[in-house]
Amino acid sequence: MDLAFSPAERAFQEEVRAFIAENYPAELRGKQEEGEELAKEDYLKWHRILHAKGWVAPAWPKEYGGPGWTATQRYIFSEELARADTLPILPFGINMVGPVIYTFGTAEQKARFLPRILSGEDWWCQGYSEPGAGSDLASLRTRAERVGDHYIVNGQKTWTTLAQHADWGFFLVRTDPAAKPQEGISFLLIDMKSPGITVRPIITLGGEHEVNEVWLENVKVPVENRVFEENRGWTCAKFLLAHERTGIAGVARSKRGIERLKSIARIETDDDGRPLLHNPFFRRKVADLECDLTALEFTELRTLAGEAAGRGPGPESSLLKVKGTEIQQRITELVLEAVGHYAAPYFRAFPEGSNEYPIGPAHAHRAAPTYFNMRKTSIYGGSNEIQRNIIAKMVLGL
Amino acid sequence: MDFGFTETQTMLREQLARFFRERYDFDTRQKMLAREGGRDPAVWKAFAEELGILGAGFPESLGGLGGGAVEHMVIMEELGRAIAIEPYLDTCVIGGHALLAASGPLAESLVPGIIAGDVIMAFAWAEPKSRYNPARIATRASADGAGWTLDGHKAVVLAAPWATHWLVTARTSGSPGDRDGVSLFLVEAGVPGVTRRDYPTVDGIMASELYFERSRVGPHALLGREGEALPLVEELLDRAAAATCAEAAGTMRRLHELTLDYAKQRVQFGQPISRFQVIQHRLVDMLMEVEQAVSMAYQATLRLDLPAPERARAVSQAKAKIAKGARFLGQAAVQTHGGIGITNELAAGHYFKRLTMLESRYGDQDHHLARLEALMMAEAA
Ligand SMILES: Cc1cc2nc3c(=O)[nH]c(=O)nc-3n(C[C@H](O)[C@H](O)[C@H](O)COP(=O)(O)OP(=O)(O)OC[C@H]3O[C@@H](n4cnc5c(N)ncnc54)[C@H](O)[C@@H]3O)c2cc1C
Repeated sequence: MDLAFSPAERAFQEEVRAFIAENYPAELRGKQEEGEELAKEDYLKWHRILHAKGWVAPAWPKEYGGPGWTATQRYIFSEELARADTLPILPFGINMVGPVIYTFGTAEQKARFLPRILSGEDWWCQGYSEPGAGSDLASLRTRAERVGDHYIVNGQKTWTTLAQHADWGFFLVRTDPAAKPQEGISFLLIDMKSPGITVRPIITLGGEHEVNEVWLENVKVPVENRVFEENRGWTCAKFLLAHERTGIAGVARSKRGIERLKSIARIETDDDGRPLLHNPFFRRKVADLECDLTALEFTELRTLAGEAAGRGPGPESSLLKVKGTEIQQRITELVLEAVGHYAAPYFRAFPEGSNEYPIGPAHAHRAAPTYFNMRKTSIYGGSNEIQRNIIAKMVLGL
Repeated sequence: MDFGFTETQTMLREQLARFFRERYDFDTRQKMLAREGGRDPAVWKAFAEELGILGAGFPESLGGLGGGAVEHMVIMEELGRAIAIEPYLDTCVIGGHALLAASGPLAESLVPGIIAGDVIMAFAWAEPKSRYNPARIATRASADGAGWTLDGHKAVVLAAPWATHWLVTARTSGSPGDRDGVSLFLVEAGVPGVTRRDYPTVDGIMASELYFERSRVGPHALLGREGEALPLVEELLDRAAAATCAEAAGTMRRLHELTLDYAKQRVQFGQPISRFQVIQHRLVDMLMEVEQAVSMAYQATLRLDLPAPERARAVSQAKAKIAKGARFLGQAAVQTHGGIGITNELAAGHYFKRLTMLESRYGDQDHHLARLEALMMAEAA
C-alpha cells in the first residue's frame, strides 16, 4: 500500500493545474464569485476549452475521443477541477448518453452524435422521470408507437434538468405495453426541436429554474434514433445509472466547500465577537465534517483502486452517493448557520443589473437558497433510500 | 397541574383556524406575497375588527381581553400552521410587552392603536455584527439636549416596512458586548435621518435594514432607564423566542400532516410509499418531534414569568430543542416528498423554508445551548 502518487502522476497533476490556471476564463470566475446566474454560453465556454485540449471526456475510450487516462489520472483531473472551483462539465452528454452510445449504439449513431457531444455543439438532457415514475422508473408510461420508419411518442417527462437549453434528449419510452415493465422500454434520442415538444419550467425552492416538465405530443422520431434493440432500453438505463453514480461522491467539490465554509467562519463572528471559527461549538462541527469527508475520500480511493484492478464500480458506489450527498448537504447547513441573520434576505428580490445591491455580505446571499437547493442531492440520481435498498439487496443479500 | 385550555382560549384557536382555512389558504397566501408591499393589509384589519385577537394579550384596563402568554401561544401556533406573515409576534408579543413594561402614558396612548390594528411594531435589536447577542450592538444614541440622536445600522428588522413604530436598541454608553449602556427607544417609522432598505425574506416576510444617521427623536422616545435596558431586551427576546417555539410547533404539525397525506397517496412500486417501513419510521420520528415541540412550547410559555435565570433556562431549552427538531422535520418532509418537495409549487416546500428560518430566529441552537451552559456554570460556581 502506498498513498503517494507516482512521479508521473505528480507531473500529470502539475500539468492539469497549470492548464486550468492559464486557461480558465476570468469572466467565468468573476460571475461565479458574484453568484451570477450562468447562461448556456458560460457552461459551453469552458467545455470548448477542455475539448480543444482533448480533456473534456476523461472516461471515454481513446478511439471515441477520450484522453486514454488511467482511473488515477481521472481522479487527479476531477480533483484539480474542483480545487480550482471550475464550472462542472455538464454530465448529460459526456457522462451519460455518450457512454451509452459508444457502448450500445450503431456505427452511424457513434459517428453522428459522439463528435457533437465532445465539441459541445449538442446540449443533452435526460428524459427518464415522469410524474408517476420516479424511484419506480420502470413504471414509466410515455408511449412510443411504431408507424413505418418512425415512432410516434406521447407522454410527459418531468424534472428534466436544463431541458430549456437542450438540443437533444435521451428518453426512456414504452414500446411494448403488454410486456413486463422492464421489458417493454426503449431508449430513444429525440431532437428537442421536434414539433410536439413543449418544455415548461419548474421553479425550485431557491427560486432557480433548473428543472422542467417536458410534454411530448405526437412527436415523430425516426427509428434510427433508437439505441440498442427495441424493448431493451432498460439495459442501457441500468448501465447508465452505474455511470451516473461514479463521481457522485463529490469529494473534491466538498473539500472546496469546506474551505469556503472556513473562510466564511473566519469573517463571521460569534455572540462574543470572536471569529466563528474560534468558537468551540462551531469549529467542532467543522472538524467532525472533515472526518466524514476523509472517510469518504478513502472509501472512494479504495473503490478506485478496485476499479484500477479491473473490478467495475459495483453497488459500493451507492455508499459513495449516500455519504457524499450527506456531506454536501451538511456543508450547506453549516454555511447557513454561519451567516446568521443574513440568511434571511431573499437576494433574488434584487434583479441582476438593478442598481440596488443585495443585502448583507456577499457570502450570505445564497446561503439559504443553496441549502434549500441541495436537498435535491439525496433525492435525485436514485434517492438515498433507494441506494440503501440497493446495498441491502446487492451487498448484504437481504 | 392543568394543561387544559379555557373555553375562551379554545374559541380563540377555533376562530383563528377557521379564518385561516377559509381566507388564508396557501394560494391566497402566495398571492398576498406578490402584492405591492408583500401583504394584504385587510388581513390585519380583520384580525382587529372581525376576530378581535389583537387585544388577546392586553389587560382589560387598556381595552384588551386580559390574556397573556398562553393566548399568544395559541395564536402563534395557528399562525405557524398557516405559515402566515402577519406581524403579530412583532407587534403584540414584543411591542405589547415593551409598552406594558414601560407603562404610563405611552402604553395608554399606543395599546388601543395596536388593538384597533392601526399600530404595527417592529423590533430592531440585531446588527450586522451582533449575531444573537443583544448586547453586542454598536448603534449609538446621544443625548442632545432636546432628545436623542441615533446613529447606526440595524439588521434584518422583520416587519419594519409595515410598522408604524420601531423599537430600537442603542448604546448610550460602553462598547459592543457590554451589558451596561444599552437603551431602548421607541421610534416612529419615518423619522428624519433614517434610510430604510426593504426586502422580502426567503420565507415571505418583509424586512428592512435601518440606517440611522443623526436621526433625532424626542426625550420621551427612551423607554425605561438610560443604559439599563438589557434585562428588558433579554426578556423581550425570551418572549419572542417562546412565541417562535409555538409558531414552529404549529408549522411542524401542519408540515407533518402534509407529508403524511402525501405519503399515503404517492404510489411507487405498486403501493403507497407510506407502506415502506423506512418511510413509516420517518413519519413516526417526525411526529415525535412535533409532540416534543408542542411540549417545549408549553414549557417555555408557562415559565415566562419566572425570575430571569429560570425563564432563560426554560426558553433556551425550548428553542434549542425546537431548532433541532425543526431542521430534522423540514428535511424529512422534503425527502419524503421526493422531487416535488423541492419545488415552489407545493405548500410543503414553503413550510420547509419557514421552519428553516424559525430555527435561528431569536437565536439558533448553538446560541441557546451556549446560554444553557453559561447558566449551568453559574449554578455550579
Ligand atoms: C433537482 C432534480 C433534478 C433532476 N433531474 C432529472 C433529469 O434530468 N432527468 C430525469 O429523468 N430525472 C431527473 N430528476 C428526477 C429524479 O431522478 C427523481 O426525483 C427521483 O428518481 C425520485 O423520484 P420522485 O421524485 O418521483 O420521488 P418518489 O419516487 O415519489 O419518492 C418519494 C420518497 O419515497 C421514497 N421511496 C420510493 N420508493 C421507495 C422504496 N422502495 N423504499 C423506500 N423508500 C422509497 C423515496 O426515497 C423518497 O423519499 C431530478 C430530480 C431533481 C430533484
